[in-house]
Amino acid sequence: MSDALVDVQNVSIRYRVGDCQAIGLKEYVMRKLTHRYRVEEFCAVKDVSLQIFTGDMLGIVGVNGSGKSTLLKAISGIMRPTEGTIVTRGKIAALLELGSGFDGDLTVKENTFLRGALLGYQRQFIQDAYRDIIEFAGLEEFEDRPFRQLSSGMQARLAFSIASMVQPEILILDEVLSVGDGAFQKKSEQKMRSVIQAGATTILVSHSTAQVREMCTKVLWLDKGNQMMFGDTQMVCDAYEKFLGEL
Amino acid sequence: MIQKISEYKFLFGELVKRDFILKYKRTVLGLFWSVLSPLMTLTIQIMVFNTFFGSDIPHYTIFLFSGNLVYTYFSEATQSGLVAMAANAPIFAKVKAPKYLFVFSRNISSLINFGLTFLIFLLFVFFDHIPFTHNFFLLIYVIACMLLFNCGMSLILSTAYMFFRDLSYLYNVLVLILMYVSAIFYSVDAFSPIIQRLFLLNPLYVYIKYFRLIVIDAVIPSVQYHLLMLFYSLAALLIGTLLYKKLNHKFLYYI
Repeated sequence: MSDALVDVQNVSIRYRVGDCQAIGLKEYVMRKLTHRYRVEEFCAVKDVSLQIFTGDMLGIVGVNGSGKSTLLKAISGIMRPTEGTIVTRGKIAALLELGSGFDGDLTVKENTFLRGALLGYQRQFIQDAYRDIIEFAGLEEFEDRPFRQLSSGMQARLAFSIASMVQPEILILDEVLSVGDGAFQKKSEQKMRSVIQAGATTILVSHSTAQVREMCTKVLWLDKGNQMMFGDTQMVCDAYEKFLGEL
Repeated sequence: MIQKISEYKFLFGELVKRDFILKYKRTVLGLFWSVLSPLMTLTIQIMVFNTFFGSDIPHYTIFLFSGNLVYTYFSEATQSGLVAMAANAPIFAKVKAPKYLFVFSRNISSLINFGLTFLIFLLFVFFDHIPFTHNFFLLIYVIACMLLFNCGMSLILSTAYMFFRDLSYLYNVLVLILMYVSAIFYSVDAFSPIIQRLFLLNPLYVYIKYFRLIVIDAVIPSVQYHLLMLFYSLAALLIGTLLYKKLNHKFLYYI
């Protein structure tokens, strides 16, 4: 099975909740001494397995809190799964929750370079692409403004423009096709389609089954972290829509 | 390893640039202030302590300045390093990035600050009629040791801070205690030889003493002394690296 681009085998991801968070060192020692220290585990993703190959478009569907974003974080390498293995081949571009992680006090230009560097771009590349990024985001007049002065739509537009400048082998999209105003949504969708058509294998999280039906070749349905179904688009979408209807 | 370094060179540069901009808020006075503030501390300490210790310790101003120089660099580097990863948590929660770079970039900002104060220090040495000798080049060694030591300590603290957010208050107290036990404004000569040896357990004191031996006493310390300095630096860096390696995958659970 080594020719899979993304190979997820029996992956579980557990968060620790309870006393471990935000109690501080003093309280930790006190609770340990009095045997009142409790940690629980919260399983966000349970035993998920999937494989996608070159040219596949994987859609992930599920209601809120079903572990979709956590799974994407694990596939993009931000998070390590508690159990199971994830093997990916090729360059990954992950567009997750755009607009976060920027620095409000830096200018748009400085943020662009910093984010580019964080995404692993080289200096030369970002210098060349800088004009395109600003133009695509439509922020020509805001280059030297502090980032926090931008509207949230503008912030998301900039984030999308920076992240979409590469041609990755694997593209991961977390509901980013609904960024910005109507005009920008159209533009970003076109951009994504051109990246996908250029051969990027894509993983897409979406709440719109219509969009998933139109774009995806395979679908994974998660519910409360459980893998409900994985397979052919038609079949999984039908089952998922039936499930939604019964709620 | 080498490939990794060149891969992150651009990112590291951008992070240093950002920390520098955020620290000084693009003001000229900002940078100036970071040099002025230790000088003011120095002035006050001279006024207070000169009466008590000044008559017994030759070149007391330089003696005090050496102590302050090392101590200020350490406290600034580690206190800003402590929060470095937690402050950047929103970034590495969304983008795959080597988290330790956030710690080291803050340390570089502190190093730049230290460098400026060090130049003033040399100016003071000049005005105090202490001859500059070839030995002064050995100060590069102690600065390198301090850089490694501060990076290591910052990595340890920053990793621990991800799990225990009240560590910053505890650490502030610790840094204050360190100021009094590092023989910054007094000489250890008044203590018994055994206690004087105990001072060598404190890395800060070891670095401060090295400055004083080179600059004021014009003496090159023994090879063992050099090795002790290196030992402290590498130990801090090793512990920091091991802690980080073991725990960095858990950070995301604690944001």
